[in-house]
Order: sequence, then structure tokens, then C-alpha cells
Amino acid sequence: MSYLGIVITYIFVQNFILVQFLGLCPFIGVSKNSESAIGMGVAVTFVTAIASVVCWAVHTLLLAPFGLEYLRTIAFILVIAALVQLVEMVIRKMSPGLYKALGIYLPLITTNCAVLGIAIINIDNGYNLLESFLAGLSAGLGFTMAIILMSNIREKLDMTPVRKVFRGVPIAFISAGLMALAFMMFDKSLLTNLGLV
Amino acid sequence: MSIIIAFLVIGILALVLGLGLSIADKKLAIEKDPKLVALEESMPGANCGGCGFAGCSAYAEAVFKGTAEAGLCSPGGAALAQKMGEILGIKVEAKEKMVAYVFCRGNSEATGADYKYKGMSDCNAAALLQGGPSLCKSGCLHLGSCISVCPVQAISKDEKGNITVDKDKCISCGKCVAVCPNNVIKLVPYSAEYICACNNHEPGGKVRKICQNGCIGCRMCQTKVENSPFTVESFLSVNDFSKEQTNAADAAAICPQKCIVRR
Repeated sequence: MSYLGIVITYIFVQNFILVQFLGLCPFIGVSKNSESAIGMGVAVTFVTAIASVVCWAVHTLLLAPFGLEYLRTIAFILVIAALVQLVEMVIRKMSPGLYKALGIYLPLITTNCAVLGIAIINIDNGYNLLESFLAGLSAGLGFTMAIILMSNIREKLDMTPVRKVFRGVPIAFISAGLMALAFMMFDKSLLTNLGLV
Repeated sequence: MSIIIAFLVIGILALVLGLGLSIADKKLAIEKDPKLVALEESMPGANCGGCGFAGCSAYAEAVFKGTAEAGLCSPGGAALAQKMGEILGIKVEAKEKMVAYVFCRGNSEATGADYKYKGMSDCNAAALLQGGPSLCKSGCLHLGSCISVCPVQAISKDEKGNITVDKDKCISCGKCVAVCPNNVIKLVPYSAEYICACNNHEPGGKVRKICQNGCIGCRMCQTKVENSPFTVESFLSVNDFSKEQTNAADAAAICPQKCIVRR
């Protein structure tokens, strides 16, 4: 698959939230306003991109030579946890406002399945270093796009007369379901028609 | 053999990551202003919220930034206000401590009953049913929601249902004031001696029918006493604590309902 194909695949065709349903916790938790949604998206994008590269390196240079591929889950979790801690420290230093806005969700990236997911998908598909990086970056961008769309919808919903039983999270879940339906239009045939496969 | 390799690889990986993190923690440490740290440490740490901020450290930060006054912390009192002033190098005047007081002397003997209440023991639940089981719809409901909400157990109830606040224990956090459905509990200065303990604004004739201890708005305390701190507004006498309190004892003595009480 070409590089452009990977980018389009992970942003649209295999969108992490709306197609693969990975990383739903921050998708609902941090999408109340667009400002923190953008922050969360950037944090996740940063972590997925770096985690893809680091996990690829750990797998190819450390696990594969020793025949320890079966240890990839624990090794990846270890690497991702340390990486998220590092990102948290950097954000706390650089932008205290963003650090406060992200609150509990930044440490939660540690156990975010989207991050572990992209690392394992990279290995399963046999990507090389650049492909892994691109896949991680585009997966994060897809996540960012979905969460920003969601936060804008929820901001509009706040000012719309919604029935009391649906107000808040229930209507957000329904909107998320409808968005996932809309994303079904991006499928493999898109890539074929663009001549990217 | 393979288990040893697995052990070593994961162990070394974890060790390297841990070392990296600890170095990064040192390099990226945030320097806090020592004054702010000192302010936070001087706080009582009860996180009662009486100052109007989310907690002790939030209040300390607000004082440090200058967006809040230094004397707002009731548990800390004057001593803390002075200490905060010393830390920041400014002069601070402490406000008098305010304590909660129940403005009602109605009880099972003095006040008539409207109906028998057998629901959950919560004032807000009882108030939803026709304003409560007591005939007086603006008095104490005697179910003790304030007792359960008090963080320092300063509020107690006797067998007749009279609810009293221990003014020495009270930290004026305002939680009982907020929970009371009839707003019977109000904050008064710690030194306040004579208080008209009634919350009913209805005319005298009506009050007489429902409660023996209610204020009937006869204006005796206001008109018959010179320089009286009491004023009657819409059939209820209120002590203005900012006025001179020397003649308050006379007002208490002259009150026909004996609802001006000495604390």
C-alpha cells in the first residue's frame, strides 16, 4: 500500500473511533467543549505517532531478534506508559492550562486502547518504520477529527431543546452512532477507486 | 533459558524507561513560588469551602494572586489571617467569626402539628409535602438535615426537637445554611448575645395560633427600648448586629413572647 493509502486508510476507512471503536473513553469524556477536545486530540496524535515508532523499534530490534514476539503486549504497554508519563510532564511544563483542561484523561491515554491498538496493528500488517509512523500519525489525526466533530456537535446540542431524558451523554451516544453510520461510506472501494491499493 | 531472556529483556527495558522518566522528572520539574507553598501549608486543610473556593489550596492560590482577601478562612480565624499577611508582607484585618444560629424556638410542645410525617428523616423531603408537618411553614422542621451535613458535629438536637449550634465548634462553612429548606439557619457574629429566634413573617394573630414561641411583630422591642438594635419588618423583629448592643437585654426582657433569647 502506498503512503497516501495508509494515511487515508487510518483517517477515514479505518477511523479509530467511528469504524474500529477504539479509544471511546476520551471520545465521550473530553468532547464537551472543542478547546479540550483539540488538546486531547493533539495529545493522542502525539502519543500514537511516537508510540508507533518506539514500539516498532522495540519489536524489531529487541523482541524479534530474541524470538520474544509473544511478549509484545506487555512490552508495548510498558513503553506506552512511560511515554505518556513523559508527555504529561512536558505538557505540565509547557502549558498548565492544557494540563488542567485534560485533567484525568491524559494519564488515561496510558491505558487507551487506541494507542496500544495502533502499535499492534502496525506489527500485524508488517509495516516498516516510516509506514508505522504514518499509520500512527494518521490514526491520531483521525481520532482528533472525530473528537473535534463530536465536540462541535455537543456544543450545538447544549443550546438545542433536547428532551430531558436524552440530555447530556445519551444524546451524545446517539450522535456518535449516527456519525459511525456516516463513516460506513468510507470503505475499501474508496481506496481501489483512487488507485491506492 | 527462554524465560531468563524474557525476564532480562523486559527488566532491562523497564529499568531504562524508569531511569529516563526520573531524569525527565528532574529536568521538567515546575518551580512553585515559595510564598505560595508557605500559604498552602499554613491552611487548616479542612477543605470545607466556607471561603467560597474549591478547597484550601485553591483559596491559597487566589490569595497569592491577589484575587481574594486573606481573612476569609473561618476555621483558620484571625491567627491564620495574620500569618497569611506575614507571608505575603501585607497588613490583614481579620473579620469577626460568624457562626450558624437556628432562628426558631419552635418544638414539639410549643408548635402545633399540621399532620403526622412518617417519611424519610430529611428536612428537604418533608418540606416538599405542604411545607412540612409543622403548622409553622417557615420554622425549623426538626428532622436534622443540618446535623448530618455539619462537617464538625457542632449541631445537636434535644428530645423536644430544639436544634442548637455549638458556637465554639462551628467553623461557619455555611453548609447547614445551604441545606435548610426554610432558611431558618443564618450566620450571626460570634459575639452576638440577643437574637430574636423566629423566622415567621406572618401577622401576630396567626403566629399566636400556631406557635407559642413565635415573634408576633408587636414592635415592643423597637419602640419601648431606647437605642434598640431591633427593628420589626413585616411582623418579624431582627437584631441589627452592626448597631450598639447595650440595650438589647432590655428588649429581651420586654418581649411578651420571650422570643428574643440570650445565647
